[in-house]
Amino acid sequence: MQHGPAVKLGVDHAAEKKTKIGLFCFIFYCIVYSGFVIINTLSPTTMSMQTFFGLNLAVLYGFGLIILAIVMGLIYNIICTNIEDSMNKDAEATEGQEPEGGAE
Amino acid sequence: MIYTASPIAIALFVFFVLIVLGLSSYFARQATSSGGFYAAGGTIHWAVNGIAFAGDYLSAASFLGICGMIATVGYDGFLYSIGYLAGWVVALFVVAEPLKRLGKYTFADALDAKFNSKGIQLMAAISALVVSICYLIPQMVGAGALVTPLLGLPHWLGVVIVGGIVIFIVATAGMTSTTYVQFLKGGLLIIFSTILVFMVLNKGLMKTPDEKYHKFQTISVAAMKDGKIAEISDKSYSVITQTEVDGLQFVKLTKDNIPTWWKLTTKDGNNKLEETLSYVITADGKTLYNGEAKEKKKFYSVGHMQKIIMDGKEVEKTGKLSVFSFFSVIENSTVIRFTKKIFFLGKDKVTLWYQNPTAGTRLMRPGVKFKIDKGATFMDKLNFISLMLALFFGTAALPHVLIRYYTVPSQRCARKSTIVAIGAIGFFYILTLYMGFGAMVGGVLDVQSSNMSAPLLAKSFGTILFAIISAIAFATVLGTVSGLIVAASGAVAHDIMDQFLGMEMSDAQKVRYGKISAFIVGILAIILGILFKGMNVSFLVGWAFAVAASANLPAILMLLFWKKTTAPGITASIFVGMIAALGIILTGPDMFAGPYGLTRADAFHPLGQPGIISIPLAFITLVIVSLMTQKGKAVESSEAQA
Repeated sequence: MQHGPAVKLGVDHAAEKKTKIGLFCFIFYCIVYSGFVIINTLSPTTMSMQTFFGLNLAVLYGFGLIILAIVMGLIYNIICTNIEDSMNKDAEATEGQEPEGGAE
Repeated sequence: MIYTASPIAIALFVFFVLIVLGLSSYFARQATSSGGFYAAGGTIHWAVNGIAFAGDYLSAASFLGICGMIATVGYDGFLYSIGYLAGWVVALFVVAEPLKRLGKYTFADALDAKFNSKGIQLMAAISALVVSICYLIPQMVGAGALVTPLLGLPHWLGVVIVGGIVIFIVATAGMTSTTYVQFLKGGLLIIFSTILVFMVLNKGLMKTPDEKYHKFQTISVAAMKDGKIAEISDKSYSVITQTEVDGLQFVKLTKDNIPTWWKLTTKDGNNKLEETLSYVITADGKTLYNGEAKEKKKFYSVGHMQKIIMDGKEVEKTGKLSVFSFFSVIENSTVIRFTKKIFFLGKDKVTLWYQNPTAGTRLMRPGVKFKIDKGATFMDKLNFISLMLALFFGTAALPHVLIRYYTVPSQRCARKSTIVAIGAIGFFYILTLYMGFGAMVGGVLDVQSSNMSAPLLAKSFGTILFAIISAIAFATVLGTVSGLIVAASGAVAHDIMDQFLGMEMSDAQKVRYGKISAFIVGILAIILGILFKGMNVSFLVGWAFAVAASANLPAILMLLFWKKTTAPGITASIFVGMIAALGIILTGPDMFAGPYGLTRADAFHPLGQPGIISIPLAFITLVIVSLMTQKGKAVESSEAQA
């Protein structure tokens, strides 16, 4: 069989921690997204409510969901990169294994 | 609408196509191995891959479909933007890195990484093929729609041209050229969409979009008798007939032997006739555009504001607007939309679009297309939730998106390219709201095809911008179709022939069979693109998302996060999710009212969007079957596998 990565990947000691952070971010975003769907479903007229800069809640919430995804992605990347650098470097020093994530 | 091909548009189109073909030829030599053909050798830079992700994702459905939907129904179209983008959160936080660790060329590899199960190989391949084809159809339909105004060619020829070019791209160079085509197109699409939005804001809003905009006439009704018009004030017109359609009164008048259709309205006790746009197929097969032959060019582009309120005062035009005031002005104002009615008068088939004044507050929130407001039933609301669910979970399960994770060298690059994609796609989706509303009130809408709203908005700012935007839109279709065909050919040649059937093939043979598969899938796409002409692009893309979210995502998520997942559980989940989603769609009201030519009431059930049933069903199936088939085959854990 020929399963396995398309390129040779090193051992990623940070994988478990990154997965937990990813799940936390995913659940947080799910809650915010669900809020949008619930308001639209149960009380669509609430979306006409005026908020900031003359925008109604529908536009603000919609733009907010998009911008939140971008901001969370950037924060997630910074955290994951730091974890990878620290955990994989430690492992490399103690085990002499090739770390994941270096090639860019 | 009546289009005239522009020489500049044709020249730019040819220029773009030549660049695309040149890139393909240049990268062809890198596609000599199966790794090069399916995964670009895993050598693509994360930033390039990120923009290529955006290029893949911002398909005809996004640029043409969403902008068109916003232009016709307002904020409801933007719900697709929100859902499509939110789906990337699932891809980034949950799927990207584990999938990169597990897979090789296709997402079936990832699902089957620890099991070596024939069932998974076959079902995952079929699912990838079905989703890819569901996604291919609207792209090809979009290509045909685009070529008509751009080059003045018939729809079928547009589909054949796109299919032919794409087959050449894929069959010569595979994933590498597809990636660079997507990178180029994704970047240009975002840059020129930004320029277009800047021009829309700079122009501002006005009651008469430009001096060439058709002035829709109103005629006073002098006398009525028994609900029928007895006399009108403009004696140059003669009343031919009056008919009622869905509670609305439409009147046929003639002037100089030219028949036109008008809508009878009553306000403050005064009756008047408002001009409509009409398209009539007569009993003897003639087609009349506002009563005249097509060549007379009397079928106008439309969309304007009836009343503009700025800072509490009514104005004729606003002047330059900011990114915030653009929306607040529209919300406080009234927009004239054109609503479609179809009816028969004797043996004449009449399609007309009447002026429908709509309050900005109504357009700036959901509810015009999706019935969630007053009068909405439980099923209407369920349909809405189901759609938002499928959009959210569909992205991370689309085969042509998933295969792009194998083109980068590491998990970190997979993550970074996803973030670049989210940034680029998110920014573009914010622009769609400006472009959509800009087209809605810019006097540019083609009532017969909302898909052309964004390119036509560009046309209102000059032929060169129109030509560039149209050429990019065409490249959008080319790039997306290329990626889909790579995914589909991977499903056939790699997953089914190589993995499932276990055919002994050398690496060169694998590439050859991949190219042959690409050719066959490409021909199939051309045929389907011609057959499905006229179907709504977003409607078809919604299928792909629903099927992907139902068939693939439960399997991917449970494989990664539930230790007791088994191979039969995954196989059954994909099968049940795919069949349930397709079954609900094919027996639902949208199919009956659309392709089947029946009514919504004839449908087996009232649910148009399957996600709310089929996604949980796939999860439940996986859990039950996995629990029934433990026998030490459980997955240790996703992270332990890595």
